[in-house]
Amino acid sequence: MTAQTQQDLAATPMVEAVGVRKSFGRTEVLKGIDLTVRPGEVTCLIGPSGSGKSTFLRCINHLETIDGGRLSVNGHLVGYRQKGDRLYELKPREVAAKRREIGMVFQRFNLFPHLTAEQNIMHAPMLVRGESKKAARARAADLLERVGLAGRGHHYPAQLSGGQQQRVAIARALAMQPPLMLFDEPTSALDPELVGEVLDVMKGLAAEGMTMVVVTHEMGFAKEVADSVYFMDDGAVVESGRPADLLDDPRHERTRAFLSKVL
Amino acid sequence: MEATTLSSTTSPRTEASDPTNGRSDPADLEAVPLRHWGRWAAAAVVLYVTAAFLWSLARNPNLEWEVVGDYLFEDFVIRGVGITLMLTVVAMVIGTVGGIVVAVMRLSSNPVLRGLSWFYTWFFRGTPLLVQIIFWGFLAALYQQIEIGIPFTGVTFASFDTNAVVGPMTAAILALSLNEVAYAAEIVRGGIASVDDGQDDAASALGMTRSQAMRTITLPQAMRVIVPPMGNETVTMLKSTALVSVIGGKDLLTAVQSVYAQNYQVIPLLVVAVIWYLALTSVLSVGQYFVERRYGKGYGNASMSRRWLGLGVTR
Repeated sequence: MTAQTQQDLAATPMVEAVGVRKSFGRTEVLKGIDLTVRPGEVTCLIGPSGSGKSTFLRCINHLETIDGGRLSVNGHLVGYRQKGDRLYELKPREVAAKRREIGMVFQRFNLFPHLTAEQNIMHAPMLVRGESKKAARARAADLLERVGLAGRGHHYPAQLSGGQQQRVAIARALAMQPPLMLFDEPTSALDPELVGEVLDVMKGLAAEGMTMVVVTHEMGFAKEVADSVYFMDDGAVVESGRPADLLDDPRHERTRAFLSKVL
Repeated sequence: MEATTLSSTTSPRTEASDPTNGRSDPADLEAVPLRHWGRWAAAAVVLYVTAAFLWSLARNPNLEWEVVGDYLFEDFVIRGVGITLMLTVVAMVIGTVGGIVVAVMRLSSNPVLRGLSWFYTWFFRGTPLLVQIIFWGFLAALYQQIEIGIPFTGVTFASFDTNAVVGPMTAAILALSLNEVAYAAEIVRGGIASVDDGQDDAASALGMTRSQAMRTITLPQAMRVIVPPMGNETVTMLKSTALVSVIGGKDLLTAVQSVYAQNYQVIPLLVVAVIWYLALTSVLSVGQYFVERRYGKGYGNASMSRRWLGLGVTR
């Protein structure tokens, strides 16, 4: 075992899921998910729609409750407190405090339409963390430049293209300086020619060492950027591994069938 | 004939079947829009009838414009206008605040609160405002005493004579406010429901608490949907205050009624009231335009309704 892997194993996982279960009514949508993301890693979740990957992603920051299993971020449970062998759901205020450590980017951007791009980015740091307007504005300017939108801060979301909106959404999530970023199909709602600009920003983030969990249909991105890929189907992880292994040489028939349709 | 022959030799397009008949270059053709003769005719008829009606009004001696002029700024009229405005403002403030409370109850996950909110709206929207006003006016016939204490225990801190506490003005305010709460609640609920669920997700993911998300994300967006109908509610409320004249509410209509009951100048005094009501609703509509513009920010001008003087004119 090399020194590098020993160090990796010693570090607290950024995300650790053990047997995470969830049902909507009688339909079991997550049937015991195991997943580990180490700090600095990029993990891609792939699979057909309805396989539970977006639901699982939303469980990580407790936008969805879970029915059982253990799901921790940076060593701490997100929406629960463990007492004995039971998990007790935290109060909304306590959950809100923990969510500040987790940035999230949505398929449909969900920018606040009544605020300009700059205000979208400044809003949470000022309101939630009590940052000064000056500091928040300086960070917003930095972040806008980082996502290639310097000088566009005064535009309202409706005045920006889909790709620009999604880049503002990434900047908005980064403004809280989270150690972990979740991406829920960030390019699925974009016109094909706008996908590249968003993926470029995400590649830049990955290169800077951001820990990312990405639900995506962009196999090229997964292959190029991901450290590990999980293939989910019907609420379970069918197989996981390094992108080169899983995408080029899948072991399971279901993975092979899925990949043959999307590649 | 000469020209046709000439051009047919120069251009192959100018055949005998050519609609231009070879008289000019097609690029110089001018398109003439359809003439709407029917519109002109309809407008002329309507103008004629309206003019005839206005003429008959203007020459009608029963209108007694000089009497209207005498009373327009009389003290009792101005006091009535003041009371009407006060009733409108107080009822709208209580109505809006109460409406938000009832709307939030309706959207809560507690079934008891939801049910109570539904019942409230059902009751107050399902009975005529005039009946509610008379009801509050005769409250003393239902409860002679109003007691403050702990229910079901017989403990009483204070007790009042209903007629002493709930005079006509209080009854008027109660009736108008409680009725408005029900309508405002539906408007606020619709506004909140119109905000995309993803907005809540995004606010939560950024670590905002529920109340922070409601105050800074959901409500400001809901306002765009809430403001136009609430403006209409205010105009309606201003006119509805006239109903409290049935319980002697001292409003503008009550004021002119009490005078024409004595001097029989019914029509001129009603014209005085009409002029004031029109002036006030017009001012409100102008205010509404600016408030709507304020909350339309970020949505572009195309999607923003521009009402002008509440006449439904959209430009």
